[in-house]
Amino acid sequence: MSKENENNSEDTQWPLWEVFTQPRDGKPHEHAGSLHAPDAEKALENARDVYTRRKEAVNLWVVPSNQIVASKGEDEGPFFDPADDKPYRHPQFYSVPRVSKRRS
Amino acid sequence: MKTFQERIDNGETIEPKDDMPDRYRQQLIRMMSQHAHSEVVGMLPEGNWITRAPSLRRKMILLSKVQDEAGHGLYLYSATETLGASRKEVINQLLEGKAKYSSIFNYPTLTWADVAVIGWLVDGAAIINQTMLARSSYGPYSRAMVRICKEESFHKKQGYEMVATMADGTPEQQDMIQDAVNRWWWPTLMMFGPHDENSPNSAELIKWGVKSKTNDELRQSFVDRHVAEAHEVGLEIPDDDLEYNEETGHWEFGEIDWDEFWNVVKGNGPMNKERMKARREAHENGKWVREAAEEYARKQKLSKEKAS
Amino acid sequence: MSTATKSKELTKQKALFEYLVRLADDRLILGHRLSEWCGHGPILEEDIALANIALDYIGHAANLYEYAVEIEGEGRHRDDLVYFRNDPEYKNLKLVELPKGDFGFTIARQFLFSSYSYYLYQLLSDIEDEQIRGMVEKHFKEVKYHLRHSREWILRLGDGTEESHSRIQDAFNDMWTYVGELFYQDEVDEFLQEKNLAADTASFKSDWKDLVTDTLEEATLDVPDWNQFMVEGSRQGLHTEHLGHLLAEMQHLRRSYPDADWE
Ligand SMILES: [Fe+2]
Ligand SMILES: [Fe+2]
Ligand SMILES: [Fe+2]
Repeated sequence: MSKENENNSEDTQWPLWEVFTQPRDGKPHEHAGSLHAPDAEKALENARDVYTRRKEAVNLWVVPSNQIVASKGEDEGPFFDPADDKPYRHPQFYSVPRVSKRRS
Repeated sequence: MKTFQERIDNGETIEPKDDMPDRYRQQLIRMMSQHAHSEVVGMLPEGNWITRAPSLRRKMILLSKVQDEAGHGLYLYSATETLGASRKEVINQLLEGKAKYSSIFNYPTLTWADVAVIGWLVDGAAIINQTMLARSSYGPYSRAMVRICKEESFHKKQGYEMVATMADGTPEQQDMIQDAVNRWWWPTLMMFGPHDENSPNSAELIKWGVKSKTNDELRQSFVDRHVAEAHEVGLEIPDDDLEYNEETGHWEFGEIDWDEFWNVVKGNGPMNKERMKARREAHENGKWVREAAEEYARKQKLSKEKAS
Repeated sequence: MSTATKSKELTKQKALFEYLVRLADDRLILGHRLSEWCGHGPILEEDIALANIALDYIGHAANLYEYAVEIEGEGRHRDDLVYFRNDPEYKNLKLVELPKGDFGFTIARQFLFSSYSYYLYQLLSDIEDEQIRGMVEKHFKEVKYHLRHSREWILRLGDGTEESHSRIQDAFNDMWTYVGELFYQDEVDEFLQEKNLAADTASFKSDWKDLVTDTLEEATLDVPDWNQFMVEGSRQGLHTEHLGHLLAEMQHLRRSYPDADWE
């Protein structure tokens, strides 16, 4: 290992976290991006500072990136195809009359 | 199974866990980390004026603009990490002088007008480039770009607004803003990189759907848009060869001083050393802070484990 | 242009103007110091966090100055207060004008100031002035976050490494002589308190001390001596040498072209 690499290994940029933001009440959380933080509390604070500067969220989740399990690209066919021929599973399939929501 | 190139030609988006040629991965790491470095180093020239902004409104706008650039750097480092290049690794490449960043940030901000002109021209150039990259074939890159583009339009608007105010201001303000345009116009044109025939990377990136336009095409659309905006507020473009071509509908412009371009790329720009020094100092002065937080987290975890 | 602080001359208008300017100056100057971190933070995430807090303070100051010139009623703009007053006319605490120092110094000051503001804003949200209450309601959320951010950092730096522990301890020791002034009150405060137009900071002093003590102890830090010598004079415009340099930097461009419009 070169001397430079040894120096690098001493440095820390903190572990990686994934951030999920809930744009509005009642909406599902969606992936906003990632960030670095030393622990969960600071990950939440950093997520607020980085990903909600323009009021993009009412609620936040943070998850250590190494805890995320993703399906593989090659799985894409068999893994996800079933949904493709069941359009009724998707809300866009339905046209519903607009109901005006009233707050009591 | 489709080949990688077929997926690209189909307009499919490549995601982190997908198979990809090593060269695609390496080119993206290089390009995206350079882009991230540019955002972070790019904070310095404008950051130079935050404490001196001439009104509270301008101070708040500038601070939030420069802060946005830190966010852009963060999004882009994160996107680069999905390719297996950690932030630590790519930041060290920057600090060791092994990585490039956009040369435009090696020019000094000498007056407040430079802040206005950077917002207008440099962010204006960035928007043109980044709007294209928002359609890039690599998912995390294109998603980062979509997010960034939303913020960039504020950056350009605030810059152009300030340009217009100064161009319509006192004689001193008018001189100041014209002088800034004179100094920034050519370096901004250089931001789009060498001519197409001298840019082998560009062709490869187009083949892979990372880019969809050549350097010269992007530069031309920048010139067309910004010459019109300059004239709108009565500013002159420092180019004697600038001429409108009725047939093509484009502004023809003079040749870039490529000696200057390569000189700055090689590290001889007016501010290269200062910019790197500032980044290194921030990194070194922050080391004890980063370490402390990590050590605290380690201790907390340990005492929790003991308790359970 | 300055304000009367002799009780004989005090009117509601003068006292309220002075009170708002004191609050605003604290926040502007501290925001200025924090803004110096932009581009130089210890890690990108924290660079963004410090810029956020700086923006909050400068925004709060802008609102307070705006209301101050409205109360004054002489047609001045908030920027006149920012750019065209000299050091003796600035009424901010010396604590906030001290150079930003290392990250430990910045965070120690953030913790002391934001915990103080936390209690202050609780009281301000109850006073007899609708405009101030409206502002406070908006700003209080941010103040709470400033406290959370800085308190969590105190724990990490205090109970982190040996180096961070000694740096943050030094920071508290060095700035301790400036904390007494947080609770300085004079006839301006008394005059307004009688009309329920100002917060009585004495009422939360012991709560604040408890919060500071508990936090420092949790962070394995020593609480400096509350009874040590404390400097005074900020609210009369008596500053450290640092403020002059800060203002020279902040004001020079605006003052060089007094007729120019930059908005
Ligand atoms: Fe940017
Ligand atoms: Fe950019
Ligand atoms: Fe930008």
